[in-house]
Formats: sequence, C-alpha cells, structure tokens
Amino acid sequence: MNKPMALVGLAAATTLLLAGCTSGGGAPAAESAAPSEEAAGAGAELVIWTDAEREEAIATAAAAFEEETGATVTLVQKNFEDLRNDFVAQVPTGEGPDITVGAHDWLGALVAAGVVSTLDLGEAAGDFEPVALEAMTYDGQLYALPYSLETIALVQNVDMVGEEAPATWDELVQRAEEAGAERPIAINTAGETGDGYTMYGFQTSFGAPVFVQDESGSYTTEVGMGGEAGEAFARWLHENGTAGSGIISTTVDYDINNELFNSGQAPFTVQGPWAMSAFTDVPNIAVHPIPSAGGEPAAPFVGVQGFYVSSQSENALLAQEFLVNHLATEDAQRALYEADPRIPAFTSLAEEVASDPIIAGFLASSQNGVPMPSIPEMGAVWDLWNAAEVQIINGADPVATWNQMVSDLEAELG
Amino acid sequence: MTQLQTSTPPQASSPERTPRLESHARAWAGTGWGFVVKLVLMALVNALGVAIAISAWQAGSWLVLGAIVVLVAVADWVYFSRRTLPLKYLLPGLAFLAVFQIFLLVYTAYVAFTNYGTGHAGSMEQAVEAALIQDERRDPESPDYPLAVVERAGELGFAIVDDGAVRVGAAEEPLTDAPDATLGDGGAPTEVPGWTVVPRATILTDTDLQGRVAELRVPVSDDPEDGSIRTREGATGAVYTSTLVWDEQAQTLTDTETGTVYAPSDDGRFVAPDGTALPTGWYVGVGFDNFVRAVTDARLAGALGQVTWWTFAFAVLTVLTSFGLGLLFALIYNHPGVRARRVLRTLFILPYAFPAFMSALLWRGMLNAEFGVINDLFFFGADVNWLGDPWLARFAVLWVNLWLSYPYWFLVCTGALQALPPDTIEAATIDGAGRWRRFRSIILPLLLVSTAPLAIASFAFNFNNFTIIYMLTEGGPGFPGNSGLGATDILISAIYQISGVAGGAADYGLASALSILVFIVIGVVSILAFRQTRKLEEFQ
Repeated sequence: MNKPMALVGLAAATTLLLAGCTSGGGAPAAESAAPSEEAAGAGAELVIWTDAEREEAIATAAAAFEEETGATVTLVQKNFEDLRNDFVAQVPTGEGPDITVGAHDWLGALVAAGVVSTLDLGEAAGDFEPVALEAMTYDGQLYALPYSLETIALVQNVDMVGEEAPATWDELVQRAEEAGAERPIAINTAGETGDGYTMYGFQTSFGAPVFVQDESGSYTTEVGMGGEAGEAFARWLHENGTAGSGIISTTVDYDINNELFNSGQAPFTVQGPWAMSAFTDVPNIAVHPIPSAGGEPAAPFVGVQGFYVSSQSENALLAQEFLVNHLATEDAQRALYEADPRIPAFTSLAEEVASDPIIAGFLASSQNGVPMPSIPEMGAVWDLWNAAEVQIINGADPVATWNQMVSDLEAELG
Repeated sequence: MTQLQTSTPPQASSPERTPRLESHARAWAGTGWGFVVKLVLMALVNALGVAIAISAWQAGSWLVLGAIVVLVAVADWVYFSRRTLPLKYLLPGLAFLAVFQIFLLVYTAYVAFTNYGTGHAGSMEQAVEAALIQDERRDPESPDYPLAVVERAGELGFAIVDDGAVRVGAAEEPLTDAPDATLGDGGAPTEVPGWTVVPRATILTDTDLQGRVAELRVPVSDDPEDGSIRTREGATGAVYTSTLVWDEQAQTLTDTETGTVYAPSDDGRFVAPDGTALPTGWYVGVGFDNFVRAVTDARLAGALGQVTWWTFAFAVLTVLTSFGLGLLFALIYNHPGVRARRVLRTLFILPYAFPAFMSALLWRGMLNAEFGVINDLFFFGADVNWLGDPWLARFAVLWVNLWLSYPYWFLVCTGALQALPPDTIEAATIDGAGRWRRFRSIILPLLLVSTAPLAIASFAFNFNNFTIIYMLTEGGPGFPGNSGLGATDILISAIYQISGVAGGAADYGLASALSILVFIVIGVVSILAFRQTRKLEEFQ
C-alpha cells in the first residue's frame, strides 16, 4: 500500500544515519579545519576558533591579511566554555584549528597536552603590558599573543563613602559604618561554593601567595599559602566570618553581591568590570585597588585573554605572520577592544582607554596584580581552597582547617 | 507455569493460523514506481556512502572507512535482496543502535582502560614533538635578522642579513658569507648567487613548503652550541638553541646540556632517572588501574563511597517520596466528593510544567540562609544554613526534587486510578472490605502493575539526575579533604567533576571507568526490578 512512502522514510533514516556516522566516528566534520583538495592548490587556509564577542573584530584584521597574503581565513565560532576542551581533544587528531582564542590559565593544561606551539613576538613584545606577557609565559617560553586583561578591584559608592580610596580593611569598615551602611562591604563567595578568586587580594596582603614564584615570575608547584602568613589570613577570615563580625558570609553569591551594592546596602564591593552593568542605581562609582588587610599590598589575580597557535598547525608561518604582523598592531587591538571592551593588554591602547576613571581603576588594580597560576594543578587547588575558605567563614577552626588544606594540597601535587 | 504463558504476547501465534500471507518481496509485480523510487533513494545512499568513504580514506580514519563500507554493503544487500523482508524495516534502527549506542559504549569502555586526560592527550610521537617545541628557545642576545628562504636543487636554505652582510646556509651547511648577494627594499636578500630566492607569497600559500620552512634549522657555525637560525613567519630569522635530542632507536630524549636521559615510562611520560618528568605525556592503556584506583585510592575511595550510598539513597528516596505524595493527592482529588477537581488537578501540574533547572535555581535562592524567603517566612528569620550543612543540604535536595516530581506521579496515579476496574472494587465492598483493606489488597497492587515500570524508569532517571544537583548545590558542601567532591554529589555529578570538563585537571579515564560502573549498576537494577514487576502482573 504505502510502499514508496515507507521507502522514503527508510532511506531518509539511512541518510541521516550515515551523516551521523561521520561525526560519531571521527571523520572530518563539515565545519572542521581539514583543508579540502581545492584549498591546497588555491592557497593556504588559516582556521581560527573564536567566540561570538571577538568574531567580528578578528574578521576585520583577517580581511587585511587575506588581501596581503592571498591566504583565506576561516573563522569558526564556538562557545568560549567549549574552546579549551575541544582544542585539547581535536588538535592531537589533526582536526583542530591553527589558532584559537583562549584564557591564559588554560596554558598549563595546553602545554601538558602538547597542543600549543611557542610564539616569538620579537620587537612587538615591548608594546604589551608586562603582566600580560608574563601570564602567557610558561617555563620561560611565550605561548600566546595576549590582548586583554581582566581583574577585580574595590568598587565604591561615592555618594555614601566619598571618592577617596580606603587604605586598609579597617579604614574601609570604619568609613562604611560612619556612612550608616547595613553591611560594610559585599564580597561574593559564590554562595557555599567559595570563591578564592575574589578573596585573593586580601590573602596576598598577608603575604600568602597560592604558589611561590621563581625569579622569572613563573609559578613553581611549591604551595606558598602555608605557615605564619597563611594562618594570619585564615584567622582574619574567621574573625570577619559568620562566627565573628559577620561581614563576610557564604550567603552572598554573584547576584546577591551586586544587588547589595546596587541597592546601597553595602557601599563597597570587590568586583570585576563585567559586573559594572549591574550597578545602574548607583550614580557615582569610583574604582580603586583593593585595600590591604594584612599590611602588604593586595595583589589580585589578573586574567589574560589571548591567541594560541596549535602545535599541529600546517600553517605555522602563516599563523605567526597573522598574529605578530596583523593582530599585534594598534588598529587590530583597538578593533578587539571596541568589539568587546576589556582592559587592553596593548600598553598604548590601555593608556588611551584609561581616560575613563573606572577603567583606570581596574587598570591600576591589575598593575598591582599577579597572573592567575596556569599550571594544570590549579584545578585541584580551586576545589580545596574554596572549600576551606567556606568552612572557615562558616566558623570552622581557622588555623587547623587552613593547615589541613595546605597539607592536602601538597599531597595532591606530590 | 500457566502464568508464564500469559506473559508471552498472545498475538504471536495467531498469524500462523490465518491464511499464509504472501511476502511483499515475493508479491513483486515488475518495475513499478515504487521500485524506481527505491532505486533513486538507494543511489543517493550509495553516493553518500562513497563520499564518506573517500573523505575517510583521505583523513586516514580506517575505522570509519571500514564501518561505512560495511554499512553500505549491508544496506544494498538488504534492500535489493528478496529474502530480507524483516531486515528492511529493522536495518535503520539497528544501524542507529550500532552507531549511537554500541559505538559510544565501546569507546567509553576503551577510554576507561587508558589514562586519557590532562597530560596524556595525544600520541607518543606528538609528545616528542611537543617536548622539542617546548625546549627550543630563542637566544636572548639574538637580533631579528631580515631573512629570505632560498632553494637549490630541491634543498631549502636561509639567507640572512647580518649587519649589512648576507650569509647563506642550509640544514647540513652552516652559514657562510655570500658577498655578491643583493638586498631588496625591505632589507631582505633578493638575489643570492647559486641559490633561487623563494618569494614569500609562495611560501605562505603552500602548506607543504610552509611545513618545511618552519622545520628548517640552519646552523650558525660548526659548533652546535652556537645554535641555529629558524624563522617563525618567513621574513625574519633569529638564533634558537635547543638542548633536547630525540633518539629514535633508543626511544629516549637526551638533554645535551645536563646529560639527563628521559626514557618513556609505563604510564606514558618521559621520566628522568631522578623522577622528574617532561610536561607532555601521551595516553597508554593502563588495564584495570582506573577501576582499582576508584576503590583503593585513599583520597578518592572514601569520598566515592559516600557519593555511592547517597546516589542510591537519593534515587530511592526521591521515587518513594514523590510516588507516595503523588498517590496520596491522586486518591484525595479522585474522590467524587471533592469540588472543582479539574481546576485543582490543573494547578497541581504547575511545578511539573516549569523547567526543572529554573526551579532548582529559584529554590537555591529561596533556601539562602540570610536572604532566602524560606528562613524569613517559615523559620522566623533564623539562619538555618540549608545549603551549607551536609544533612540539611541532602534534605533540601530531596525536598526540591519531591516538589519537582510529585506532580508527575499525581498525573500517573490519577490516570491509573481511573482505569481500575470498578466492578472488582465494588465486589470487594460488597464482601465487606473496608476502605484500608480495599486500598491495600486491590487498589495498590493493581496500581503498581501499571506504575512500577515507570517507578523503575524514574529510579534510573534520578540515579543520573545531574540537573538538580548541579543547579541546587553543585554537589556541596564539600567533604573535608582533597577529593573535590561534596555531600550532595551523586555519581553522575562526581563523574562530571572528575572528568574536568568544568575546568581544572581532566581524568577522562577515571570518569569513563565510573560511567561504566554506573551503567552496570543501572542495568542490573533495571533487570532485577523488571523481574519483580513481572511477579506483580501475576496479580491480574
């Protein structure tokens, strides 16, 4: 009766199945990098993975590049969160891109996976902020072209506590109390998950870095959080936690943090530039480096975004040419900034955009900062570190909990 | 024994007794339109198959090539043979099963026996390549030399400009002065006697040539200590030095500066005698190591044990509580005496109609100890730390999941109750059975016949209910110690954590091993449970 129809259905199903088979079985998927037959004759093709925010800015730089070299540039848009795992998984199979956008704290994992190539910026290196280059350096070798910095800073409500920055934690609390605020400061702990990232500025002001840095600025795997300094920070956390003054509590997550500041319940907060759009109800905002809690300058983590070159790239020369001579230029960097405003890693551009006092505040904070460690072991560190901080804030014995965390970490890192 | 027979479908034997139906294939009456359509469709399938086979051939994916050849051959045989009528209907489904289920399972099992993860992502060859890349460093003293790529009888070389003088060399031939060379406007040599200058545009658009230029190292002098010239983009060169040497025969990397020999180890890394290893490793088969590690590793085993019992407790308790509550409400709102039953029933479905992950996020906010509405309204503003205390957090997870899933059971039980045979219940009432007796001996057993398979499915679903855990507690509060797991983690969220997909160090081997264990657990529980439900059917 319906024989033709049944056959159509079957054939359609088979077709789908065969199409599915290719991606399931690991043959080159349609959007992947494998250059086709025609491309090899017509000129090389550079495949770049990017996220949506940066796609257009890169396309502008790519157009000039295409014109000059005759090569074609193919941009593949992906979710930023997927880039790292996809890059590690696909480069060894020969299907990855030539270049990918990425964050500097992936670097250790990328080096361990052997999927990134070194980069030589030559004279262009002098155009970039030192902390950005340091972040993209692993074991003395530069692996990526940095283009933006991000960090957290002290954000304050000028109408409540004035323009001036508090120099210390105690001064901050005192000024907030004089202003009659409900809470002196909103600090995001990611709820019960814990957020060592936000707390790190205060921690470094006690002289307890997460890892010891060697002379070149590279992190060693020696845990720096133990000993007297770390214990002092733990005690400070406990004193300001639920069992003490209650200023820091694990009930504050990202949204509550921003709500507390935006509604004027807290005149200070520690946040990054990405949260500024949430503060629409605060007319006058000032941004300053994080005040010291333990006496030494507070050094928050600096995150750096950049461009990595695949170690399996068949277009190593072309990729280097594109990055150094077409993306490491002021025009290209400005296009990237305009597409997705983050603090530029390109020094002259950073100085230019610093005419905005808020950006200047974040820039000043980043200049005090240290790159977030990029060694692969950092993943284990976050889990243990965040958990210990949450337990201390919630009233656990500070010194014992902290030292337990440090010794667990040392065991984990071997 | 009679019970067993009723469980086989009665229809199975009936066609045998009806007059024998001619097979569709045998009833073929020449080339009709159907055959033409079939021919066209099969041609399309074959064309697609050949296209895939060709690209698999080019990519060197022999597994895909073999699979596609077999699939196309089988498809042609099935659809053009007259003896394969049932297969004509089964083939697409079977092929889907093979590709999407069996392949995934086999692949996961394969990964479970390797150490694939951070630091073990590629092959040994790639690890060697990476080690050499990471080792080669630019001489900090070296300036950028303007450079041209030159060619002589198929051999590539570099011509550089050093202080106005041109020097030329090749891989086996250290740099020598080339006094008669001419320089172009850009500062790079344009003509070198004895050599042909390769235009830069040619290099940049020829992938093959690019690879050769990128790999070319021209020694600065006879002394290897002086390093060699390499170029990164084909227009400038600089002096690079490297200390690692790959010995293909011995399969070792030797550091010529310190004399350290890095030999491959069993777990896929290059290790020196003193135990230090190079950062990049490769993945190797590790046998049952991952399975053994899950139960013996002191850091992991304790946490995984806790996670395992909580996974069972969570799945069982969720099904029991939500089934119980759903049934209770179904009984109440099925009573003819309740007014506006339909409106009320609709209202009960609301939580079910709301996306689960949104509800979980909403509950996370409501359960916040300081700002949450639960503590404010029901606990007089007391700071009950719902999400921070291990037992309260477990309770909160169960509570929210109950809230999310009882409407489903309400719906199912209402339907099942209305389908119960009224005469059986009436007969029981006439025999003098009380309300409780009727429920316990008739309604519940009959209800379970239709709902027990759903309960098992619900158990399997909740055993892997990642969403609620991830959105409500993210597995927290964390266990003390360094497992990275927490009190409300279930196996699937623990696997997610261990796999490193969320960031941090990945261990796909261990995560795959755990996935296999979860698969086995769910499989065994399902088989046992379905056997039990068959017993329930005996009631009928």
